[in-house]
Amino acid sequence: MSFNQENLNYRIKEFPRSLNLLGWGLLALGVLLIVVSFFVDRTRSSFNILVSFMFLMSIGLGSLFLVALEYVAGAVWSTPIRRVSEFFSTILFVIPLLAIPLYFSMHEIFHWSHTEIVRQEPALSSKSPYLNVPFFVIRTLVCFAVWLLFYLLIVRNSEKQDKLKDQALTTRNIRFSAIFMPVFAITITLAAVDWMMSLEPHWFSTIFGVYYFAGTILAALASATIAVVFFIKRGYFTNLREDHLYSLGALLFAFVNFWAYIAFSQYLLIWYANLPEETTWFLLRWQGSWKIVSIALIVIHFVIPYFGLLSQPSKMNPGRLLFMSVWILFAHLFDLYWLIMPTFSRRGVVLGWMEFAFPIAAVGIVIILFTLKAKNTNIVPIGDPKLQRGLDFRL
Amino acid sequence: MDNKLLFAVTALFNSPEEILHAVREVRLAGYTKYDVNTPYPLHGMDGAMKLKPSTLSYVALVLGLTGTFSALFFMWWVSAVNYPLVIGGKPYFSLPAFIPITFEVTVLLASIGTVVAMLFIYFKLPNNSYPLHDTEYMRSVSSDKFGIVILAKDPLFDEDKVVSLFKDLRSGNITSVYYETEEINVRHTVFEPKFLSFMAATFIFTAALTYFSLNYILYWQPFNWMWFQNRVDAQSKSTYFSDGFGMRMPVEGSVARGFIPYPYRGDQASASKYLVNPLVASKEVLIKGQDKFNTFCSPCHGYFGKGDSRLRGQFPAPPSLQSEKVRNYKDGDIYHIITVGQNIMPSYEKQITREERWAIIHYIRALQRSQNAKESDVK
Ligand code: HEC
Repeated sequence: MSFNQENLNYRIKEFPRSLNLLGWGLLALGVLLIVVSFFVDRTRSSFNILVSFMFLMSIGLGSLFLVALEYVAGAVWSTPIRRVSEFFSTILFVIPLLAIPLYFSMHEIFHWSHTEIVRQEPALSSKSPYLNVPFFVIRTLVCFAVWLLFYLLIVRNSEKQDKLKDQALTTRNIRFSAIFMPVFAITITLAAVDWMMSLEPHWFSTIFGVYYFAGTILAALASATIAVVFFIKRGYFTNLREDHLYSLGALLFAFVNFWAYIAFSQYLLIWYANLPEETTWFLLRWQGSWKIVSIALIVIHFVIPYFGLLSQPSKMNPGRLLFMSVWILFAHLFDLYWLIMPTFSRRGVVLGWMEFAFPIAAVGIVIILFTLKAKNTNIVPIGDPKLQRGLDFRL
Repeated sequence: MDNKLLFAVTALFNSPEEILHAVREVRLAGYTKYDVNTPYPLHGMDGAMKLKPSTLSYVALVLGLTGTFSALFFMWWVSAVNYPLVIGGKPYFSLPAFIPITFEVTVLLASIGTVVAMLFIYFKLPNNSYPLHDTEYMRSVSSDKFGIVILAKDPLFDEDKVVSLFKDLRSGNITSVYYETEEINVRHTVFEPKFLSFMAATFIFTAALTYFSLNYILYWQPFNWMWFQNRVDAQSKSTYFSDGFGMRMPVEGSVARGFIPYPYRGDQASASKYLVNPLVASKEVLIKGQDKFNTFCSPCHGYFGKGDSRLRGQFPAPPSLQSEKVRNYKDGDIYHIITVGQNIMPSYEKQITREERWAIIHYIRALQRSQNAKESDVK
């Protein structure tokens, strides 16, 4: 079975116009609601931007990580579907735009950004060498720059290979990816700590970056699975088998467990040590109606995906996999809501049209970027030397 | 040759494609009792052989669940029923603390159980001989060849037909494998003395090793390094503090948890005036009072508070608690005496909590009433 150009009929693809329309429709509706929300309740609106911001960051950054992971690990099974993750990682270009409104509502979101308050609180003023607005902005810009740099380095090479068919590009990408790994580890920790942990500036948890990482990978894997199943159903990917789906399902299942493991580790240590400065964070989420959200999170983010993906056939069935992926993507959004919103409303749950408006816009953005990118790029890396082996992959 | 019993016919192939093709043909020819041996797991072999999913995963599931529930049950029984200990102020049964252990036991039981089940049920362990062992065929498939065997017990089996089928598939090496006499005559079972004594020896060896490591090796260097720690032990000297004591007094004015300092030391009049029994003389309170009274007071004052000490003159006989004086005492007076003592009666502040003192007082009142019952009490 040698590499065969005729096999690649998926190179020419015409996405249904409805998909693009759906994307723009969602975005328009979302943006309309967002603009209204901004005048209704500016603080709440800002917190919601933060949720969607982190959500998009998860998909974009996580997808770039998956691409790099494939190169570093030398994986072949995922080569035919790598483009999907590459398309999703274009979200990294939109994230800096979303950060702009956040910058202007910093004082509403971040308690530590008020220098007058910080000066009076010893705990905060001792953290102020790190938690201050200029340094925060610098860190954020550095993170954005680094991510975009690696996007350009890795994804550009991958796309160039379609025409050049040059094996050296793979080698170069492996090198870039290997460098990206530690950079990714540091920047995602910074992002998680800066944008989410610092919402409660008194509180700290050393595992927080890993916690966000677990959700990030889930979001990226779930988005990739959704796109892959969609492609298979529409006939764009003719050579993919259930073996590829099984691998995606197994990864999803593994990271559902990984998330639960990390989440529980964070909880167990804080619960056991029972130190006031650490327990506040969980207490806030265990009081009043937030308790329902916390319990729901365990069920939505762990129990249901766990049993939904436990058996072997369920990881191979496209329909089941599609449902579970959408579910997990929602679960990640719910997780971010649980991480961020209690700071906005300490008394109890806030859930209204505003909380739905932002994710609607976010999904719209993802769809638009994906279709735009896919229009001019092959949805399969046809120049990749690993492609044929990837297509032949059997469990 | 002819008097030997045929076990199977084997064929060797050179590449994964060939063996996959051969397997498909063998299956289509209707054979059911056949097996494939390859140097490494082959993708797609399950599909070619039309193997059903292994039942071993159910063994793992059942054993895993057994692990989950037995671990939870055992920890609940130990720490909430049999020997309740407060640890870190947590409830006796606190699930978060048990989850790591539950998880470990689940994984442990599932994995060990699966291996054991695989060895004993699927591989029929004590039976360690198989006609294919020590054959040229086995040697080839463990290095670089791909082999298929059709067993003689297959209903469609016919040696010549099988050989010609393999020839059609262009196998380079077709051999017939025969039983050895021992393999026909000897059937090993789990209850064979040899096997049992082997298992017993294994158990004894493991147990001895465990005992040895826990009781001896643990005390060797460097395993005992954790013993030597930079801390001040109770009752030991310290060069750090100028007075040379390792133990320190609490900071002035600090109050131990649950202990509120008694404000009426040396001032029984105020105690009598301001202290009121906060408890209601319910059944539980009286039972508690009786328990504490019998434990702490009755050795001197007697079970009925009559002053009939059980100490047989070892200690000056204490006064009766049924006296006019004590009956007229306010609750606060008795509380004061229990708390700070009176003359040679020692203080019971350290042994008896505040609530227990008030319960004792209720009980003393009940004793007094029982010994000086009025006509109206009988109704
Ligand atoms: C070690 C023996 C001993 C024990 C135990 C003891 N007492 Fe006494 N108690 C005495 C003696 C002796 C006196 C008399 C002290 C004195 O000379 O004033 C006394 C006096 C009293 C008095 C004052 C009686 C009076 O007429 O002045 C009361 C009330 C009293 N005890 C209650 C209690 C209670 C309640 C307990 C249980 C918590 C208790 N005692 C345990 C030995 C004991």
